[in-house]
Amino acid sequence: MEIVFLALILVLAIFLGFELISKVPATLHTPLMSGANAISGITLVGALLAAGTGSVSHELATWLGAGAVVFATVNVVGGYLVTDRMLGLFKQRTQPTEKDERT
Amino acid sequence: MLSQFYINAVYVIAAILFILGLKLLSKPKTARTGNLLSALGMLVAMVVTLLSKEIVDWTTIVICLAIGGVIGVLASRLVALTAMPQMVAVFNGLGGGASMLVAWVALFGSSERFVAIAVILSVVIGGITFAGSGIAWGKLSAVLASKPLLFLGQRFINGALFVVLIVCAVMFVLEPAPTSFYLYAIIGIALMLGILTVLPIGGADMPVVISLLNSYSGLAACAAGLAINNVILIVSGALVGAAGIILTNIMCKAMNRSLANVLFSGFGAQKSATKVEGQANPITPEDAYLILEAANSVAFVPGYGMAVAQAQHAVHELGSLLETRGTDVTYAIHPVAGRMPGHMNVLLAEANVSYDQLLEMDDINPKINTIDVAVVIGANDVVNPAAREDESSPIYGMPIINVDAAKTVFVLKRSLASGFSGVDNPLFFNSNTRMLFGDAKQSISALITEFKD
Repeated sequence: MEIVFLALILVLAIFLGFELISKVPATLHTPLMSGANAISGITLVGALLAAGTGSVSHELATWLGAGAVVFATVNVVGGYLVTDRMLGLFKQRTQPTEKDERT
Repeated sequence: MLSQFYINAVYVIAAILFILGLKLLSKPKTARTGNLLSALGMLVAMVVTLLSKEIVDWTTIVICLAIGGVIGVLASRLVALTAMPQMVAVFNGLGGGASMLVAWVALFGSSERFVAIAVILSVVIGGITFAGSGIAWGKLSAVLASKPLLFLGQRFINGALFVVLIVCAVMFVLEPAPTSFYLYAIIGIALMLGILTVLPIGGADMPVVISLLNSYSGLAACAAGLAINNVILIVSGALVGAAGIILTNIMCKAMNRSLANVLFSGFGAQKSATKVEGQANPITPEDAYLILEAANSVAFVPGYGMAVAQAQHAVHELGSLLETRGTDVTYAIHPVAGRMPGHMNVLLAEANVSYDQLLEMDDINPKINTIDVAVVIGANDVVNPAAREDESSPIYGMPIINVDAAKTVFVLKRSLASGFSGVDNPLFFNSNTRMLFGDAKQSISALITEFKD
């Protein structure tokens, strides 16, 4: 792929990131951070390719790839689960669902 | 086995899911769905990558996925919510470390100059994230002292390391190889820089560090994506990097300090010149109860001390007791209270406090003078009027919650010792302030007992 094209994607993604996050209530700062952190575990995709690509028949490469898969998997699995656990705790006093049932 | 075209098409879907996920994550009602969408995106990206024809060796992958998965599940289930800041730090560090390794492996397949540059970026950012997060973890879990650690010539060493790093980077780009001496040197220096840059940062500045490391882990993934020519890594990494920078900026603004000041000043290491003299007014739980009972409106102002004392459940119980008596109860939260962005919100959520009772600083301050009792629990610098009034104070200019404007202020504190910043707090000596000395949780429990009797 052309470098210019990659650079364009990069710039657009950065602007999109700024737009998405610019107005987040303080309550969600922690879940947002750990949720975003889980997304940064996308490096898992690269790690899988690194660990599984046999064309690179170098032992060091496989070991590095294996390490990367373990690290990234912890990041992804742990990150998403812990974010979900935290968000599960956030409650509103007036539960809208209950209200709907009563009326 | 799928061709690259289909894989990239599926990556676009994953990217859309990440973007939607982040968008939904920014509203309390949709946040959980957002996180699920984003997780789905990750699953999709992972599965389609595994179907790639490039992958021929499955044993390593399956074993490593299993190991990582088990660790991830256990960590996310077993770790207490009070330990959340250090856990986020660990996850960040592992993400950065993984990106570093991924970029390294890219060198086995290509020795193009562009790839070499991307690899260096990823290795340096990833290495700093990995080692820096390790130190942050140490400070947050009290394995290391949370005080800023400064030593003579620190800046000189950092500067020298940086110069050596640049030299090694140039040498490496001229002749890239996966086992190049210069690459090893770069990795070593990146790790050292990670350690040396986080060590001098004190515990109260951790919200900035954690969100900055979060941003770095995204940028490292992004650089790794450039190295292995993978669009989904570039897009997702850049999204996270940008999101982290915004959050870092919010934290810095909340302290009215620049990022450079947070990172390099060793804030809190030196004592302030301004001494505050005066007589503090202690109060017993019995008397505090009488005042609370008569109050129409009470605002709790938590800080890191509430997390240390694990007092959030007791605080909510007291809040509920007051509410059943018709008192208007709110929780006022400073953006940098605690050790990570939104730390207090998570703890109070754990204790079942409804999030619409949590007020941000800008919402509580205009009406703080109508509050009968402000109860400060383990917070210090974020309610220190010196930030408003004393120009010689190191924290001068930092926006604070103006609890001193409330009719009465209770400060729950172990002693009169100064806060993290080392600045004395004139609030303690105000005529409308009453000090309730002791462990925050025990003091609150004593108040609860009074209410129940």
